[in-house]
Amino acid sequence: MPQIAQLSETLTSQVFWLLVFFGLTFVVVGLGMVPKILGTVEMRDNQIAGDLAAAQAARDAATAEEEAWRTRENANRAAAQAVIGEAKAKAAAANAAKLAETQARLDARLAEAEAAIDAARSSAMAEIEGVAADAARDIVARVAGAHVEPAAAEAAVKEVMAHV
Amino acid sequence: MKQFTIHPVAGADWQLADGVGIAFTNSALWMAITAVLVWVFVAGGMKRALVPGRWQMAVETMTGFIDNLLEANVGKAGRKYVPYIFTLFMFILVGNLLGLVPLGLIPGVHAFTFTSHFTATGVLAILSFSIVLIVGFWKHGLHFFSLFWPANTPIFLALPISLIELVSFMVRPFSLALRLFVAMMAGHVLLKVLASFVIAGGNGGLGIGVAVGVPSFILMVAISALEILVAGIQAYVFALLTSLYINDAENLH
Repeated sequence: MPQIAQLSETLTSQVFWLLVFFGLTFVVVGLGMVPKILGTVEMRDNQIAGDLAAAQAARDAATAEEEAWRTRENANRAAAQAVIGEAKAKAAAANAAKLAETQARLDARLAEAEAAIDAARSSAMAEIEGVAADAARDIVARVAGAHVEPAAAEAAVKEVMAHV
Repeated sequence: MKQFTIHPVAGADWQLADGVGIAFTNSALWMAITAVLVWVFVAGGMKRALVPGRWQMAVETMTGFIDNLLEANVGKAGRKYVPYIFTLFMFILVGNLLGLVPLGLIPGVHAFTFTSHFTATGVLAILSFSIVLIVGFWKHGLHFFSLFWPANTPIFLALPISLIELVSFMVRPFSLALRLFVAMMAGHVLLKVLASFVIAGGNGGLGIGVAVGVPSFILMVAISALEILVAGIQAYVFALLTSLYINDAENLH
């Protein structure tokens, strides 16, 4: 086993050169380069964390903006609905008033016309009674040759017409 | 066993002081290659782009892996150990994997796994253990010794428990070093044994070659895949245990 057989002749050389090359690696690579590499990694991690935070903030701002917009829009819509409702109510009231007025005018004209018809009818009735009485007197005078008093004829006609 | 032999590549007679030879060996060469590869890998991820490319993503995955490991085991205070644990993990991982590269196919080139030598793994283990000791005594002073007396231990058990705790604490660097060295060496020896079966079976004629060589070769392929897994797992275990030991020092109960 050369490790033991050569121990005394190679020990100092082994220790010396290992210390030299390990020491060089430690100083140049370990102390010189590794902290920089770790720094790069840390810088990148920080950058990523920062970017993520910025993105999150932007997203939060957008959400808040949208929320505000929605509230504003809802208020606008409610206001518009109120205006429409008011206009509708006003139009309905105006319609009702106009309808009532027209109805009243029509009713009045109807009543007027009915009254006129009634008057015409009663005057016509009266005329018919007169004509009937005269006719009855004439008939009686011709047929019986009797002379009937107009009042009596009228009374007789009235009595007959009441029975019609 | 030849694959574990250390031989000088250059400067066979270099000395730090009298009798302290620091010959530049094949082991040192592969440590250097490991260091360069780790540097190249991490340097490829240094573009620091906001949107990472594939390479940068790979590097950031590795650093993030170690970062999470320390975060999970030590907590926020663990971040300052990321450079050390990352270097440790990458150095062991690349060292382990380099030993599995079939460079032996190129004549004259031999891959060498420096993590299969306890002289190398021992240095890493002692480094980790020293960090635990230094951090522990720096942060908690002599109170760090309460590590050997778990919370709510009855008084009459204090002595035996603290002895057991002391032994388990002192054994840590050895277990760290030996685990890695044994796993790497065992894997390479196993592959070597199976490879010798393939060669010997082939030399034994057609019948034995098919009966012994082919199953051994198939097993070798499977074990090679397993060794790649082990290379990663051992690097991970080394880094994980180091971070657990650092946790003991950082967050004393």
